[in-house]
Formats: sequence, C-alpha cells, structure tokens
Amino acid sequence: MTTPLLDVRHLVKHFARKQGLFRAPSVVKAVDDVTFTIHEGEMFGLVGESGSGKSTTGRCILRLIEPTSGDVFFRGENVLQFSTERMRLARRDMQIVFQDPYSSLNPRMRVGDIVEEPLVIHRLGTKPERRARVAELFQLVGLEPGHVMRYPHEFSGGQRQRIGIARALALNPALVIADEAVSALDVSIQAQVVKLLLDLKERLKLTYLFIAHDLRLVEHICTRVAVMYMGKIVEVGDTRALFNRPTHPYTQALLSAIPVLDPDAPRRRIELDPRSFERDAPLREIGAEHWAAVQ
Amino acid sequence: MDKPLLDVQHLSVTFGGQTPAVDDVSFSIARGETLGLVGESGSGKSVTAFSILRLLQPPGRITAGRVMFEGRDLLTLSERGMREIRGAHISLIFQEPMTALNPVMRVGDQIAEALLVHGQAARGEARARAEELLEAVKIPDAARRLRDYPHQLSGGMRQRVMIAIALACRPPLIIADEPTTALDVTIQAQVLDLLRELKARYHLALLLITHDFGVIAEMADRVAVMYRGKLVEHGSVRDVLRHPSHEYTRNLLAAVPGIGGPTTP
Repeated sequence: MTTPLLDVRHLVKHFARKQGLFRAPSVVKAVDDVTFTIHEGEMFGLVGESGSGKSTTGRCILRLIEPTSGDVFFRGENVLQFSTERMRLARRDMQIVFQDPYSSLNPRMRVGDIVEEPLVIHRLGTKPERRARVAELFQLVGLEPGHVMRYPHEFSGGQRQRIGIARALALNPALVIADEAVSALDVSIQAQVVKLLLDLKERLKLTYLFIAHDLRLVEHICTRVAVMYMGKIVEVGDTRALFNRPTHPYTQALLSAIPVLDPDAPRRRIELDPRSFERDAPLREIGAEHWAAVQ
Repeated sequence: MDKPLLDVQHLSVTFGGQTPAVDDVSFSIARGETLGLVGESGSGKSVTAFSILRLLQPPGRITAGRVMFEGRDLLTLSERGMREIRGAHISLIFQEPMTALNPVMRVGDQIAEALLVHGQAARGEARARAEELLEAVKIPDAARRLRDYPHQLSGGMRQRVMIAIALACRPPLIIADEPTTALDVTIQAQVLDLLRELKARYHLALLLITHDFGVIAEMADRVAVMYRGKLVEHGSVRDVLRHPSHEYTRNLLAAVPGIGGPTTP
C-alpha cells in the first residue's frame, strides 16, 4: 500500500483553563488521541458539533496551534519535528481555507495583493510573474481578473470565499484543509462554492480535509467521514457505510437531529444518552471500511 | 373561515435605494398556525418581521401597506399603542440570544421585567411566574437558574430563556427570526421540539423566519418564499416542497445537499 498523504496519529491537544487565582487550572482535552489517515485524491470529511475539536485538529496539523503530543506524517515525514524554516516550506503543500470570509481577509489590502501575498512570503517569482499567477488564480476560482485592485468589502460572501480559496491555491498545495469553508454561506452560494472545490480537486489533483458540521453536505461530497465528539473520533469510515449503518450512539443522535425535508417523514429523534457508551472505548472494525468506538 | 390573526397586505419597505427591500408583500396567519417565511440573506424576510413590529431603524421606512392584527392596523397605531402590542401581543425571538439578552442582568429578572412592564404580574408574584416560565421551557433546576447571568448558560439554554421571555405575556403570536440558526443541530432539534410543544399547549401562532427548508418541513403549516423583497411563492408546506412552482424555489431546493445539490461524480 502507498504511503498516505496525511497520517495523523494519537494527536492530543490540551488547553489549560484558568479557574481563578488560587485554584489549579483545569485541563480541557480539546483533541484527545485522534488518529486518521487521508490518501491522495481523497475528500475526507471531519464532522462534529461546536467544541468537538474538529477545527483544533485541523489547526494542529498545520501547526497553527502546537499539539500537546502525537504525530502528523505528511508524505511520510513527521511535520511536528520540523524546524520553523522547514515547516514554512511544508506549508506550501498544506493550505487552509477559513470559515468566515469577512474576518479572514485583511480589509485594507487589495484582493490581488491578498492572493499574491503567499508568493511574496515564499519569495516565488518576479513581480510580473506573480501578477500573471494572480490573474490565473482569479480565473481559476471564477473571479474577474480585472478586479484585483478592489478591496474585500466590494465583494459578496461567496466571492470572498473564492478569494480565500485563490490565496490557498497560490502555492500549488497538495492538501487543502477547508475549515467550515462554506458554512457561513447561503445555500445557493454554498452549492456554487462546493462545486468549485470539487472542480478544483479534479483539475489540480487536490486532497481535502473538509471540516464541517453539516452532515447532509458531507454525506454528498466526501469519500470518507470521521465523526468527532468531545475530542475523540467516535466513528469513521467510508461515507456510504457510515451513513447506511451509523453505529455509535452519538452518530445516531446527530443524524436523527437533522431536519428532514419531507413534511410527511416520520420524526424519530434519538436522544443521546451519555451512559450508553464508554468514552474511552477504542475504535473497532464493525464492517468493511467502517470503524466505531463501541464495545 | 375565521378572520386571520395577522394579515399583512401589500407591505412595501425602502431603505432609500433603487429597489425596495420589501416589495408589495401580502400574507396572513391564522390563530395557532405556523407560517414559515423562507429566503436567503438580503431577501427581506427579517425586514418584513421588523416592519410588522415597527422596529425598523432609519433609513428603513414603510412606504405602503397595512398590517392588520386583531382588527387593528399596526401601521397607524400610536407609538404608545405599539409598545403595548410588542411583547404582550406579539413577541420576537432573535437568532443570537447572547446579544438579545442583557448580559449584566440575571435571567430571572429579565423574565420578570417582561411581566412587570406589561402589568402582567405584581412585583411579588413576578418571581414565581418567572420560575414557572423557566420550567415551561424545560430548564432544569429552574429556581436556581433564575439567579444565573446569560454567560453562565449554554447557547441552547439562552435560547430557552429567550423563549420564556417571549412567552411571558402569553401573546397569541410569536415571531421567531432564525431561532435555531446559531445552534448545533442536536440542540436545534431540542429547541424545535420545545417550540412545537409550547405552540400546541398555548395555541400560539408562529411566524418562523428561516433559511432552512428542513426546519420549515418540520415546523410549518404553510410557507412563503421571499426573493429580492418579493413573495415569489406561497402555499402549504407539502405543496411547495413537492411541487415548487417558482423557479427560484426550485433552485433553492436543488441547492440543499441531498436533494439535488452537489454530489461527487
């Protein structure tokens, strides 16, 4: 078997939470022993609700947050051992698109400069070459190359997200971490941006870690899915296998909570009973390409 | 058929721009009924709700229409008369409970305030009523929670407090503007269940504003679809979801993942 593009092993991130002057800080286990692999060309979905640790996981992989322990192998090399300089080089291959198209773009920079900035930081190309690359990137993500001199506020939410995507693609990355990249968008705009992400995946041979809370969306675009709950992956597998036979009580509760578009569909909410499962249960193979943390 | 509880006729609103924010919108809600008002950002659905309560901020201005509620036109009512309507006859639940609640006031006092302002309870009994309301919205250990500040509550709990305040004066109509949009899906499910139960218990009418057709399918009797300030489609939830007649509705439904939305090739 080939080396996976990304191999995350026993990733842990603890945050200390101050409890006041005279009390010892408590530890929040934001990411608690998370292991998964992503192969080249995959669209891997990482889903969970607020506070599940999915975004922290994404940021630890890029070392935007330093993990407490664990290993992150990218093309077989452990990026957590990289020097600062080496890490900077590695980031050419691993890029992130953030959720909020309003706060993730500097409002005082022209959008052309925003997209060009990664090339400047990595000292790639001459000025005219970089300009040409920016125009090419604008075209690639469906923006008007003539708009490079405009400022972010002149663009709609969907267009801003395209700018964020263009910036992420500037350095020709192999892995793109999309952290709730379409969550803030209206549903019709969301559909367009998702289509763009899928197109780019084919054209540029990208691999995605798609972090999201919308299970309906993940079900339809991801090849494999991991479900996170309170810092742990409770279920992971081939999308079809997981959605056909959700097995962990949390996955079942989460799926049953999604409003169904059919007014005549019977509503069968499954309430999560925290006593119904062991939090520390290891992932166990429960079917072909399907694992769940159940006894 | 009975006269509708709320009857909005030919409502138009402008913010001074070229195109009106709300353009000749008409709909009605019967007692005990849930009408879903659905649309994307900027479609005018929230502006419509704010116009009904005359809470528009300038330069927003109602240019035409009538808003008949319990036999009176709210648009011609005095400001004093309007204050009586707000909260006591029509109350509003916002999307973001953290900004809608007063951060430096205990939640019990905020509920009691709603009762006191409208003369629904004497000072002595307001507290007991507040506790009852927290129990009605299923907040565990209500007596103790009365003393909490909003930041001590989770997002779902805060939205329950908002609902308790909205219910305080037993209004016949509640306008809920994206009440569950900021919540996680499992918490959303609980809040929707609660709203459904309270609606049945108090025979409430609900104007439910949302961008989520799934929420509409679960909650509403009828649905009105807004696009660029206009009502483009209006009908029973079943009809609109099964046989959308307007192109915009069809596109909107097609964009929902899992219906006709983006899929891997």
